[in-house]
Amino acid sequence: MSVQAVTGTSDVTAILPRRGGFAGSLSDLLWRRPGLLLFVMLAPPLLWLGVVYIGSLIALLAQSFFSIDEFSGLISRELTLKTYGDLFQPANLDIIIRTVTMAAMVTLASAVVAFPIAYYAARYARGKWKALFYLGVMLPLWSSYLVKVYAWKLILAKEGILTWLFAKLHLSWLLDSWLSLPVVGGNSLSVSFTGTFIVFVYVWLPFMILPIQAALERVPGNLVEASSDLGASPGQTFRNVLFPLALPGIVAGSIFTFSLTLGDYIIPQIIGTSRLFIGQAVYAQQGTAGNIPLAAAFTVVPIVIMGFYLWGAKRMGAFDAL
Amino acid sequence: MTPAVAFQKTSRHFGAVRAVDAVDLEIKPGEFFAMLGPSGSGKTTCLRLIAGFEQPTSGSISIFGERAEGVPPYRRNVNTVFQDYALFPHLNVLDNVAYGLMVKGVGKDERHRAAEDALRLVQLPGYGGRKPGQLSGGQRQRVALARALVNKPKVLLLDEPLGALDLKLRESMQEELKQLQKALGITFVFVTHDQGEALSMADRVAVFNDGRIMQVGAPEEIYQRPASRFVADFVGSSNVLPPDFVQRHAGQRRWGSLRPEQIRVGRDKSGDGVAARVLSRHYLGAATKLALDVEGLRLHATVPSGTAVPEDGEHVVLSFNRDQLHLMEEQA
Repeated sequence: MSVQAVTGTSDVTAILPRRGGFAGSLSDLLWRRPGLLLFVMLAPPLLWLGVVYIGSLIALLAQSFFSIDEFSGLISRELTLKTYGDLFQPANLDIIIRTVTMAAMVTLASAVVAFPIAYYAARYARGKWKALFYLGVMLPLWSSYLVKVYAWKLILAKEGILTWLFAKLHLSWLLDSWLSLPVVGGNSLSVSFTGTFIVFVYVWLPFMILPIQAALERVPGNLVEASSDLGASPGQTFRNVLFPLALPGIVAGSIFTFSLTLGDYIIPQIIGTSRLFIGQAVYAQQGTAGNIPLAAAFTVVPIVIMGFYLWGAKRMGAFDAL
Repeated sequence: MTPAVAFQKTSRHFGAVRAVDAVDLEIKPGEFFAMLGPSGSGKTTCLRLIAGFEQPTSGSISIFGERAEGVPPYRRNVNTVFQDYALFPHLNVLDNVAYGLMVKGVGKDERHRAAEDALRLVQLPGYGGRKPGQLSGGQRQRVALARALVNKPKVLLLDEPLGALDLKLRESMQEELKQLQKALGITFVFVTHDQGEALSMADRVAVFNDGRIMQVGAPEEIYQRPASRFVADFVGSSNVLPPDFVQRHAGQRRWGSLRPEQIRVGRDKSGDGVAARVLSRHYLGAATKLALDVEGLRLHATVPSGTAVPEDGEHVVLSFNRDQLHLMEEQA
């Protein structure tokens, strides 16, 4: 504001001074009509979400109701449930069961590993320890996902540091007997489901820690004291107070770990056996096989599973404490 | 008789901060005991030591004769009503109240019946189905009380339980708590910074300052015969009189205290007494409080409503009975 404006004109003494210009009347207009401001702010993201995102999802869903002509390899654009029927062929069903089992195990393990870390961060870490916690949890997210997965391949390889460490600790027999087990075993960790599992848990862990930490942060400390005061042992306090109140966070985290594992196709490609996961099946079907309808039907599987998962979580009362 | 709670040279230090410093205290069974003091005076830490949330740095604590150091809160037959109630937000009122019985393994029907009884005791029958978030502050306070009482504790600890309530509600809760304590015969240990609350409710009061107990006694004793300047000043804002003033008017060189209501304000300037000038007046409803300048000393006096109140700046004469001027033990 210029000096003249301050001292010269009668505006200065006005009780309801006007701010001139377009910017002034615009901000006045938005102040008087907050709905308009909300509309202006929300329109671009809603357009993006509504048209680009939901639109392509609907296109994808539509594709899954088409089918492929097995002789010509051409896509028939007639609506049919034939492609969904193909999902229940033993080979495809195998892929689905394998992926869902892996996702469930990864989610469970992530929750078990994440809870104590999140609990420490929410209850005890203060100041620079809290900063260190955030750094420690987030730092792995800053480096490329591919680099991390390849690093794990080296760690888990037969010549890798883990095998070496087990040998040094005279525990090679333990590793060998684990690898000789059916399903979870293999020639080395890097070509076994155990390896896939370890890397999945590592990569998705931050997505479990942060929501649990946020949920625990909102639990007032005196609730834990009150529970203890009323005679609950630490275990009972965990079961009856901490766990129920952290459950929304655990569910939020598990939505991340579960759905990310369901959809991932890179980790099982690099680390693990040659048996496929849903993501790899989608990748193969839409690429080399050229079977877009089956690829689309495969992508519907995680969506349906997540739908059931959320419904179940809601019925269990996971969102009651929100 | 075994004291309900006994502190022997009990200290709780947090680094260099002496939250509780060598406190000796005995609380009798069945009494309503108040711990009074400004914030940071150590009264809440004392309560937490009894509850078991804090462990003494040195000294010992016994509850009904049993040594309590190292005993976790969940193995003490002592319950707490927390300042902000600490009700479990995910449980309804009935399950909140029944919580203590639930963790002890009491069956569902039995504990719900006991919880209903406890809710009736605090005059909230039929509120069991609601969530704590649906209750008003006063109702939450009652639920917190019921949740503690349902366990039939030997000692009930109350940490500023009425602090968050408005004046009207606070006064009615004070009466109710007092009646409840009489009816149940449980030892109540009540922490407050409100001297009015402590004096009106407690059988005995301990006044805390800087982690130490300044004085323990019945409310009348604390109010009428404060042992030190701090107690005189903190409990009921007494006029603290310096030794030379006391020597001039009572003949002894000691610190003294004089309650505002014990000062008579005379408008007759020639009368016998201490000359003073009115600095300001504060209307309190039942009385008017005067701030007075006496020989450079700032004193307060209350004049009951209905009597003539002097104007600001007016010269008045103060008089009081010698025996009402209390001489403190504290040396000059």
